[in-house]
Amino acid sequence: MIVSIEEYGHIITLTLREERLDAHNSNELKAQLLNLFEEGKVNIIIDLSSVRFIDSSGLGALVSGFKNASSRDGGLKLCGLQAQVKSMFELTRLHRVFEIFPGTEEALASF
Amino acid sequence: MKNQLEVDIKVPNQTKYLSLIGKIGEDIAYTLKKFNDNREELAYHINLVLTEAMANAITHANKNDPNKQVHVSLCLSEDNLCIRVYDHGQGFDINAIKEHKAAPEDEHGRGIFFIHTLMDSVTYKKCENGHVLEMNKSFKS
Repeated sequence: MIVSIEEYGHIITLTLREERLDAHNSNELKAQLLNLFEEGKVNIIIDLSSVRFIDSSGLGALVSGFKNASSRDGGLKLCGLQAQVKSMFELTRLHRVFEIFPGTEEALASF
Repeated sequence: MKNQLEVDIKVPNQTKYLSLIGKIGEDIAYTLKKFNDNREELAYHINLVLTEAMANAITHANKNDPNKQVHVSLCLSEDNLCIRVYDHGQGFDINAIKEHKAAPEDEHGRGIFFIHTLMDSVTYKKCENGHVLEMNKSFKS
């Protein structure tokens, strides 16, 4: 899985450079997030602007990260959702679980 | 010759082939003549149900065995799309899973929900050497 990670003080942005987040690569995202949590980095923004397609396991990996960040008194927020990807969050009501922002700037300002 | 498009694909039992099969499903959505709704959305939905059904066959039914295969067939007529995904597993009660609705905080349990929600009819039956998940979508106006 290709990701780029940047640090802005106590906040990490993780940008997925993949067109799909599915059962093939969602475990890698989970592992990447766990690595960050173990390093004590618990305030995370995931930029999904390159992701054109997400399936149930991709959503599951994000929920896993969200729960892990929350249990460590941090937060996991999302930004850059394409229209079809966003509709999957709405269909599963996950748009009520995650804080979702248009871009990284808005997400950074929310912490 | 009847106006019907049929695609029959067998791929190794590996998740790296999900995108290939999903893409074929998307391309088929774009060949539909009589479809006036949001075609991009339909293409995504077909990609999604194929991805979910295949991932289920690969990881659960075929237990990630790389020596097995997944067989997918797509049959498109003027007003219906039929997708069949064959596995080599012991099967499961698809209706029991339908009853279970994932809570927003659940990490699992949304795959079958997507299939039931986005397709018009879904059956899961025993067949030679395993089971077949059949999903139909009608385009009748």
